[in-house]
Amino acid sequence: MADYQNLFTTVQAVGPVHHGVALGHGNSPRTGQPLINYWIGKLGNAQLGPIYLGGLGLASLVCGLIAFTLIGMNMLASVNYDPIQFVRQLFWLSLEPPPPSYGLSMPPLNQGGWFLIVGLFLTASIMFWWARTYRRAVELGMGTHIAWAFAAAIWLFLVLGLFRPILMGSWGEAVPYGIFSHLDWTAAFSLRYGNLFYNPFHALSIVFLYGSALLFAMHGATILAVTRFGGEREIEQITDRGTASERAALFWRWTMGFNATMESIHRWAWWFAVLCPITGGIGILLTGTVVDNWYLWAIKHGVAPPYPEIFPAVTDPALSTGVKP
Amino acid sequence: MNMHTTHKPSWMGRMAQGLGLALVGLLLAGCERPIPESVQSGYRGTGMAQIYNARLLEVKTDLNQPPAVIPSPGSDGPKASQAYKNVKVLGNLSVGEFNRLMVSMTNWVAPNEGCAYCHQLPNFEDDSKYTKVVARRMVEMTQHINADWQPHVAQTGVTCYTCHRGEPVPKAIWFKSDPQPQGSNFIGDKAGQNEPSAVVNLSSLPNDPFTPFLLGDLNIRVNGPTALPSGNRQSIKQAEWTYGLMTHMSTALGVNCTYCHNTQSFQNWENSPPQRVTAWHGIRMARDLNLTYMEPLTEVFPAHRKGALGDVAKLNCATCHQGAYKPLNGAPMAKDFPELLKPALAAAKVASK
Repeated sequence: MADYQNLFTTVQAVGPVHHGVALGHGNSPRTGQPLINYWIGKLGNAQLGPIYLGGLGLASLVCGLIAFTLIGMNMLASVNYDPIQFVRQLFWLSLEPPPPSYGLSMPPLNQGGWFLIVGLFLTASIMFWWARTYRRAVELGMGTHIAWAFAAAIWLFLVLGLFRPILMGSWGEAVPYGIFSHLDWTAAFSLRYGNLFYNPFHALSIVFLYGSALLFAMHGATILAVTRFGGEREIEQITDRGTASERAALFWRWTMGFNATMESIHRWAWWFAVLCPITGGIGILLTGTVVDNWYLWAIKHGVAPPYPEIFPAVTDPALSTGVKP
Repeated sequence: MNMHTTHKPSWMGRMAQGLGLALVGLLLAGCERPIPESVQSGYRGTGMAQIYNARLLEVKTDLNQPPAVIPSPGSDGPKASQAYKNVKVLGNLSVGEFNRLMVSMTNWVAPNEGCAYCHQLPNFEDDSKYTKVVARRMVEMTQHINADWQPHVAQTGVTCYTCHRGEPVPKAIWFKSDPQPQGSNFIGDKAGQNEPSAVVNLSSLPNDPFTPFLLGDLNIRVNGPTALPSGNRQSIKQAEWTYGLMTHMSTALGVNCTYCHNTQSFQNWENSPPQRVTAWHGIRMARDLNLTYMEPLTEVFPAHRKGALGDVAKLNCATCHQGAYKPLNGAPMAKDFPELLKPALAAAKVASK
């Protein structure tokens, strides 16, 4: 009775494994023998493999591995090739962009040269992977929604590491490759440009980020809640509404007066997810190039609220005369 | 059959329970005990608050108790410059006052080592120990701080104990860090950051913000004065160095950013707490003391007291503050030692003649 009231897949429908449909001219064969794994089936489809590698996949993997290895070797060298310190300090280690004094020129390898080489290979790897998602979708007769959603994320990646540094005239503006260092960079970015929270595109990006999480939770919960009525077959129910679809719609109409449909909820989710990096990328691109101080910008345009003065009057001591240097 | 089906889920259930418990334990490991107290310091809703942990605060309070003060014998009687040889700085004190300060200094700086830590006994006037030369200069530094840096130390002032706390070398000092410790010149540059350094509270920020800011006077301010670009070329990397210095200050004083800054705008002075002005003078004071007093002593110190790069020990905010918002939580020690409150230059000149 309560079979579908679940968080993990309880029923695994498993057929004979095979490689999938025949592919046309110019396609590679698929790689690997498919296998069935019960535990993988708890989370998704129990069938693992085969994978489609192809020329683009291979190029992407090679470029990605070069970038990954170069970052790793730089990190390892920075702890004097000590494997224990490499593991202990891993989250602190980083490959840093060149000092701003080098501008857009090619710095020595150890002064950001490695960083630029890694950037080249990482960007190539991501671009190949994008082309692969596009090509595979077309070959399967699908729409290219996934590729374009991925492109939205790539937009943000390119803004951070390519477009904005070029506009600012310095590779030193790029994000370091490291766990903590990229977080420090994020905080420093906000500090340097006068509080990024006053950047309206940053605000929009947060709306779409949290909105995506909210929509995902609402949609996932709704579908799980009506799977006992066949609601997991959402795609069929777009055109052939059954009781699952009706109940899900009624739930939201009753609780908040408005409901998405089995089809439109996926447009909502797609646009929210895609707009998060698109608006975020616009916000980053404007920072430093068009706006230098978001706090002052927000004051100028009445965005930042005025707060009552609490503290005794304070003035910049550097402005007053007769003080120590 | 029935046994079988009930047995299997219970085994699974126990595993899930164990996993759940482990997860809860992991989550709780990130907690602080006891629950920290948040004290609002600014307008509501602006995040202007200080976070205090009662347990850590108690430890800090114990560590920041001022020592007992020896009562003053008064300024009557012969001057130290007449009674003793080679008294260059404190010659105009009475013998009683002078000896009181010497005993106090021993208690503050070298309680275990005694007079012999600085003096070549039995010749008290002998300058052959480096510690005596340094100590004399440090007395002058203390006088300079109390007289000329009142925008930072106010009337509270400092004594030797403010930094030394009963140890010949203050706990918190700094040396220049080696930018290329592994010796490689083509791979693995840390760019002065990216290691778990206590200086920056274990963040990966630049971990020697002192050389550029407390020795050099590079620009700490990274924000521009206008909303739109008008020539401010400070980079994000420079912001990280400033961030490193500020993290040091926060750790050294045991306060949050909001003790000095309004996070709505870190640069804006008008909405900042007044402590920020005190801190501003503190940065200049540390720079002045490092340049005027510590660096010139480089040749006086023996090699084992110097850093890996052969530089002299230098001071930063933690040298005095040692985790407290005011050193010794603001205990006004210096008032008991008027000889440390003003430079005794005239007396010094008299004595050296």
